[in-house]
Amino acid sequence: MSALTDLTIAGARDALRAGDTSAVALTEAHLEAAEAAGALNAFVHHTPDLAREQARAADARLERGDAPAMCGIPIGVKDLFCTKGVPSQAASRILDGFRPEYESTVTDKLFTSGAVMLGKLNMDEFAMGSSNETSTYGAAVNPWRAGNSDAALTPGGSSGGSAAAVAARLCLGATGTDTGGSIRQPAALTGTVGIKPTYGRVSRWGIVAFASSLDQAGPMTRNVRDAAIMLGAMAGHDPKDSTSAELPVPDFEAMLTGDIRGQVIGIPREYRIDGMPDEVEAHWQDGIAMLRDAGAEIRDISLPHTKYALPAYYVIAPAEASSNLARYDGVRFGRRAALSQGDGVTEMYEKTRAEGFGAEVQRRIMVGTYVLSAGFYDAYYNRARKVRALIKRDFEEAFASGIDAILTPATPSPAFELGAMAEADPIEMYLQDVFTVTVNLAGLPGIALPTGQDRRGLPLGLQLIGRPWEEGALLNAAQCLEDRAGFVAQPEKWW
Amino acid sequence: MSIDRETARRVAKLARIAVPDDRLDGLASEFNAILGFVEQLGEVDVEGVDPMVSVTPMQLKRRDDVVTDGNQQDAVLANAPDAREGFFAVPKVVE
Repeated sequence: MSALTDLTIAGARDALRAGDTSAVALTEAHLEAAEAAGALNAFVHHTPDLAREQARAADARLERGDAPAMCGIPIGVKDLFCTKGVPSQAASRILDGFRPEYESTVTDKLFTSGAVMLGKLNMDEFAMGSSNETSTYGAAVNPWRAGNSDAALTPGGSSGGSAAAVAARLCLGATGTDTGGSIRQPAALTGTVGIKPTYGRVSRWGIVAFASSLDQAGPMTRNVRDAAIMLGAMAGHDPKDSTSAELPVPDFEAMLTGDIRGQVIGIPREYRIDGMPDEVEAHWQDGIAMLRDAGAEIRDISLPHTKYALPAYYVIAPAEASSNLARYDGVRFGRRAALSQGDGVTEMYEKTRAEGFGAEVQRRIMVGTYVLSAGFYDAYYNRARKVRALIKRDFEEAFASGIDAILTPATPSPAFELGAMAEADPIEMYLQDVFTVTVNLAGLPGIALPTGQDRRGLPLGLQLIGRPWEEGALLNAAQCLEDRAGFVAQPEKWW
Repeated sequence: MSIDRETARRVAKLARIAVPDDRLDGLASEFNAILGFVEQLGEVDVEGVDPMVSVTPMQLKRRDDVVTDGNQQDAVLANAPDAREGFFAVPKVVE
């Protein structure tokens, strides 16, 4: 058998059930890989004792023949998920030392199905960023390098540690969250697969909130089948999240036939943006050809409000964040600033939040505060919510006209160098999400998967967008594209 | 709509984030860049469109108004930066 760290989730599951390996052996191999990958800064809290305990329990279940698909599978968990007794900081200084007394619904479900947690993964602070550079732990590093250059590249963000860890074979899968593209953009930049489910498919309970009407958790894996397996273990109704949908979770893996003959794939003309590199456009055309060859009907469509998605997002997301992040006040959890003689409770709030939040988080909280303030609420916040309704309507009309799924580029560029945006206007970084943010605003499922490489060998990804609640069909279209693209490249180990 | 230094100071105050005076001009210019970007929402015809409340049409569930949880004082206080005698402790509040 090849190295245990080269297995997929499906392969590991089958090997475990056949008795070819054990959860303990699989876990040890991954703990070793994670421990040795400090240069990637993907894992920010290691939990080897918990992992070994969970692995032993998984082996006992396997022996009893009571082993769900994720049983014994070593995973990493984004630092945004609250994990009982384990540091959960949302990559923020303000949550220094925070150890939740409870378990998020997603990690609880994964653990109930037997998954093994290796540790917590790096991310942008409070999931605000597209390069992992806003993390209090320092940036995670992409295992991929461009050609012969040894420059450190971003793994994307905000789920950058998750993407880097999966791409570098430190874990078989990882949890991510996606508010504007935070699963799909890092997946595209690291040659991995990431799906943001329909809003309401996965419980948000116990996940540190950024923008509650947009946040969804999803799996990040090395192929589509693994994404289907892991999503099945994460999804489902949860009474503790009032927006969680009371719908049965289908067997996503069983829906992967790779056959999409007769399906109609929409190609939205508004996703051809100014300044998009030729390689990205050519890569999109390749994807279109692959789906056509597979028997799909390709149809040009229009989603006319696309260009207003990012501006609407940068009103709605900061507005919700300013409200959600009001709870970090130095009273109930996390870190309180040192106070001077005579400081009252207001100084405590102001100093704690100034020291505890990084620059980007402060900026977004204040933008949100401004757009919600008296006199501007209608002009900014209500207008943005109306535009959001129009963006959603664009998709509804496309689906009503017979479109089954929509194919777009995943990102406007491949991975860029860490530090490249240091002097840039914040808007330039926001443009990373130009193809993904529409999907969050409309609450739809979207998946990014690797389908090629640029001339320097960096992975390029495409995004498929599906109908609400039809993740199974979406995963199947992604399976078809994966089969056709035959992406097998791996980053060369340098760490 | 342009944000000046005084507006930046007021917003920082509302957000309860201490911003030193020498950062206010920089902050105001960052706000202006972001608000300038979102300004284009003004081009969209939103006549007769209702602001979106929820992405999936759903009615929030109700349940009986009964106690379902509680008696977890230690767990609630476990992460407090300062807790005394079963309470969260904060600096003296004088109004």
